[in-house]
Amino acid sequence: MAETLLTVRDLQTAYSSFGGKRIVRAVDGVSFTIDRGECLGLVGESGSGKTTTCLSILRLLPRGALITGGSVDLDGEDVMALSEAEMHRVRGKRIAMILQDPMASLNPLLTIFDQVAEPAYYHLGARAGALRDRVLSLLNAVRIPSPEVRMSEFPHQMSGGMRQRAVGAIAMSGGPELIIADEPTTNLDVTIQAQYLNMLKDLQRRTGVSLLFITHNLGIVAKMCDRVAVMYAGRIVEQGPVRELFNNPRHPYTRALLSSIPKIGNKDPLYAIPGQPPDLADLPTGCSFHPRCPQAWDRCRTDEPSDLVVQENHRARCWLVDRSAAHGANVEWASGGLNGAVESGLPAAPVAEP
Amino acid sequence: MTTPAATTMLEVRGLKKHFPAGGSLGGWRARGWVKAVDGVDFSIAVAETLGLVGESGCGKTTTTKILLLLERPTAGSIAFDGRDISELRGKDLLFYRQSVQAVFQDPYSSLSPRMRVDDIIAEPLEAQGRLSKKQIRDRVAESLELVGLRAEQGHLFPHEFSGGQRQRIAIARAVATQARLIILDEPVSALDVSIRAQIMTLLEDLQERLGLSYLFIGHDLATVTHISHRIAVMYLGKIVEIGDSQELAAKPRHPYTQALFAAALPTYPDDPKDELVVTGEVPSALNPPSGCRFHPRCPFAMPRCSEETPELRPIGGNDFVACFLYDQEAQPVERNGAAPASVPPPPSSGRGEQGR
Repeated sequence: MAETLLTVRDLQTAYSSFGGKRIVRAVDGVSFTIDRGECLGLVGESGSGKTTTCLSILRLLPRGALITGGSVDLDGEDVMALSEAEMHRVRGKRIAMILQDPMASLNPLLTIFDQVAEPAYYHLGARAGALRDRVLSLLNAVRIPSPEVRMSEFPHQMSGGMRQRAVGAIAMSGGPELIIADEPTTNLDVTIQAQYLNMLKDLQRRTGVSLLFITHNLGIVAKMCDRVAVMYAGRIVEQGPVRELFNNPRHPYTRALLSSIPKIGNKDPLYAIPGQPPDLADLPTGCSFHPRCPQAWDRCRTDEPSDLVVQENHRARCWLVDRSAAHGANVEWASGGLNGAVESGLPAAPVAEP
Repeated sequence: MTTPAATTMLEVRGLKKHFPAGGSLGGWRARGWVKAVDGVDFSIAVAETLGLVGESGCGKTTTTKILLLLERPTAGSIAFDGRDISELRGKDLLFYRQSVQAVFQDPYSSLSPRMRVDDIIAEPLEAQGRLSKKQIRDRVAESLELVGLRAEQGHLFPHEFSGGQRQRIAIARAVATQARLIILDEPVSALDVSIRAQIMTLLEDLQERLGLSYLFIGHDLATVTHISHRIAVMYLGKIVEIGDSQELAAKPRHPYTQALFAAALPTYPDDPKDELVVTGEVPSALNPPSGCRFHPRCPFAMPRCSEETPELRPIGGNDFVACFLYDQEAQPVERNGAAPASVPPPPSSGRGEQGR
């Protein structure tokens, strides 16, 4: 059994605006764990609370946002209880972050060497020759060609893919135990994205660093992650091992997401999820997905589903899990028995290829 | 009209666009030329979707700008409905501009925040100057309903809509002028995952109902493959492969197309992946490699590839590829020519002999 590195329990973060008149509960009771050397994917649409969750873990929230409850435990240390000075020893040293836009996260006035060296200088106390060696090995690790030349260049002299690699080298520089990657490949071309993801996977294999991968792209999750958590309207609606979740999704939102993505070599019509994601300041009663859910029934409109266990490691916040468990059988999803699943056109859960 | 085939909507031949680099403005003392588009041929039939894929800097956007008459081509011809557009004047030119519309990637910047939705959709109709106020009002309401919005929503401003709804407004503006070809420049990549399928379904539905032709530009191969009938793959200003979308996705011929599809993300965690991850990055279009422009990154490059430029040749069915690996059985370029009986195997299977 792998050692647990990070435990997030019942995390709640809210943004208040108009002097507290409008409260947006961006993260509402999120719990998950990450083991050492594991890659957890956090999937969701914009506004589902993925980024706020990560900023809360690092306590980097903007003004107006407040963590209202829950705990974050990093290898036995309560991150929420640390002073700001102690947080400096966590950020960059124990938890590093890779952001979406490499141009915005690199300083245009400093050379790549200066930027990659900084975390190693402060957190590891590396100096002179040792610092130079560390930077060179980091640039090699992220596969930047001819690092001796590249390290004295400025960000504007590099291409988008190279810049994002440099950001990856900065993240690795302090020797972190966990890297949070927030949509790191959104701005990259397909072949460059593949190179970058392979590099990251390889880096993880060699150093044993844990990864929290935030993305809206299920393909990236399929390629990169060991486990996945799906967020909707500030809550994790389903989480489990990647294979289990792709082959046996239990929350209608997860299933709808999986059937709405086009697949190469399959021209079946796509399932379009009706409606819009909800307004977080004015969430629907009960399950927040019920207005868009083809299988919603009375209970979904009034009671909020609790986190129900599908099987070991696989949990879903959906009353249908409870209902099928109550009947003591694996209820067929699209059998028509559940309020109009067939009429709605939602295809059956994808089955693993033999 | 002497169109080769009555169903061809758009025919592009030998299209080139070279931008001057360095030197003075205007390019009369240019130090070099960026060959953004360098000899592109394709055609789009009525009610057909042609997907255009390629990485940034390959010339996709320049091609669309030329089609929208926002740039003048350096060379080449474009025939729309059988007529060369460079010869269109006056009313005919106005008609072309109405018939070719565009929907852009970001619906937040493509709709004026200071105009009501009604006015946004009506503006191209007013510019047309043929319809009365009442006709325009009716057409606007009709277009809104066509894209799944309510006519009453027309008096709202764009900020009152979500991203998916804004993209619907942009599509309504494109269909309001009774466009026949719509250029879709990454129309879903700025939208949320759950909204993308709605817009794709809407586009397919409109195509079926109105017989529209689409030029669909995208970088997500699964999306492009799903919506397109045929796909053209561009690399550094040239089309390297063009063919039926399902066929091309299942059996990519050109090494670059193979690399693109190998780099595409899996749908399921256990999907088998043929690892053909090309190294390096797209070279600068200012100083492109000699011969085949892909040869420095190509795992199957032969000495010949750096010396000669491969032409786009038919390799069976509707498929064309510009690569010397398929040269043995290829016929000279001739549309609708007899297809070779057998299709050469993909290079991965016969790498040894073909390599040298």
